[in-house]
Amino acid sequence: MIGQSTVLAAEFPPSVEDFYLPSILPWGHESYWFTKITFLVWLTVALIILFFLVAYRKPQLVPSKKQWMAESAYGFVRNNIAVEMIGPRGVAFAPYLTSLFLFIILNNFWGIVPLVQISPNSHIAFPAFLAIISYFLFIIVGIRHHGFVKYFKTALIPPAPWFILPLLIPIEFFSNFLVRPFSLAVRLFANMFAGHMLLLVFTLGGFAMISENVWFTPFSIVSWIMTIALTLLEFLVICLQAYVFTVLTASYVQGALADEH
Amino acid sequence: MITNILAAATEEGASPHNPIIPVWQEIVVGSVAFAVLCFILMKFVFPQMEKTFRARVDAIEGGIKRAEAAQAEANELLEQYRAQLAEARTEAARIRDEARADAEGIRQDVLAKAREESDRIIAAGRDQLAAQRESIVRDLRSEVGTLAVDLAGRIVGESLADEARSRGTVDRFINELGAGAAGGR
Repeated sequence: MIGQSTVLAAEFPPSVEDFYLPSILPWGHESYWFTKITFLVWLTVALIILFFLVAYRKPQLVPSKKQWMAESAYGFVRNNIAVEMIGPRGVAFAPYLTSLFLFIILNNFWGIVPLVQISPNSHIAFPAFLAIISYFLFIIVGIRHHGFVKYFKTALIPPAPWFILPLLIPIEFFSNFLVRPFSLAVRLFANMFAGHMLLLVFTLGGFAMISENVWFTPFSIVSWIMTIALTLLEFLVICLQAYVFTVLTASYVQGALADEH
Repeated sequence: MITNILAAATEEGASPHNPIIPVWQEIVVGSVAFAVLCFILMKFVFPQMEKTFRARVDAIEGGIKRAEAAQAEANELLEQYRAQLAEARTEAARIRDEARADAEGIRQDVLAKAREESDRIIAAGRDQLAAQRESIVRDLRSEVGTLAVDLAGRIVGESLADEARSRGTVDRFINELGAGAAGGR
């Protein structure tokens, strides 16, 4: 990867193309099926599944360390997100929300893992389909809970005087049914994209300065120190964005289940 | 459609990739991977966890319940022992009282018997004394009579013994004496 960085250092500033790495298979250079990104996604899924299956092979009442870790991951999403946002009914959604949370946080995490340092979520495809799933999830939950007509009635018609409704209904429709999936997807994607871009700017910037003029070495070093600092910041963003995505999904579900507007 | 846009974007030439247009292959890969993840976790792992949580709650609540039962049982036993102890105490007190009453009765009996015995002994002694006195008096009387007759015979000079015996003079005199003494008293 360092070799790759020095190669890329030639083309500073970094561009969007730095996000689209070539296929890792020797054939089909333009193919998107087997790239570093898709490999990381598969790896993420494999790691999570492996960890949970191993940790929960033989559950005990008094948990082992691994079992305890697996339980705390689930317990965190179950109690602090699902039950807190949705209420007692939230337990039913805890498994999906936990899967979602784990998938996002681990995929995000590749953004700061040394030598990997790109998150699949910096490609909008992944946040997009997760957002679409959340979108259909809350609509379907709402329709099943209230029935089709009543759900859209409660979701679209706020308790307001009739003369203001012509204004409110389009706003509600716009915010609830058009913007939500985009805001979910774009928030996660943009954070990961920007994080990767920042790391690239400071890392490649250091190389660019050093190769421009040897006297710029101190600036390069400062630039690389910034990279490390930003990596720590990225860690915060990674956890926060995974949390936000999950909490918002839970909140949409809660809104769909709510009896009153 | 997406590929068309992508192609259009590519044809425009500035950059072959647009970061906000998703690559459909990645959507497919991501969806399949996520579906696999969700399937396995939601089918095999999280229900197990819920089961474990429930079992844990049961174990704790069961433990509490068992402890409460044991506590109740212990309290009941304690109460029982206390009752038994109190019963035993009253029983003991009753027995003591009874014993005391018995002892008092026995003492009274013994006393009564002793008194009776002593009375009897005293009475017997008194009778004996009276009898002895009687016999002594009788002896004395005959002796005094004989002596008096002898004395009188010596003074008179002849034996008055047969005379006195035949007439009962001495006895009559003594009786008179006795009667006189009794009347005089």
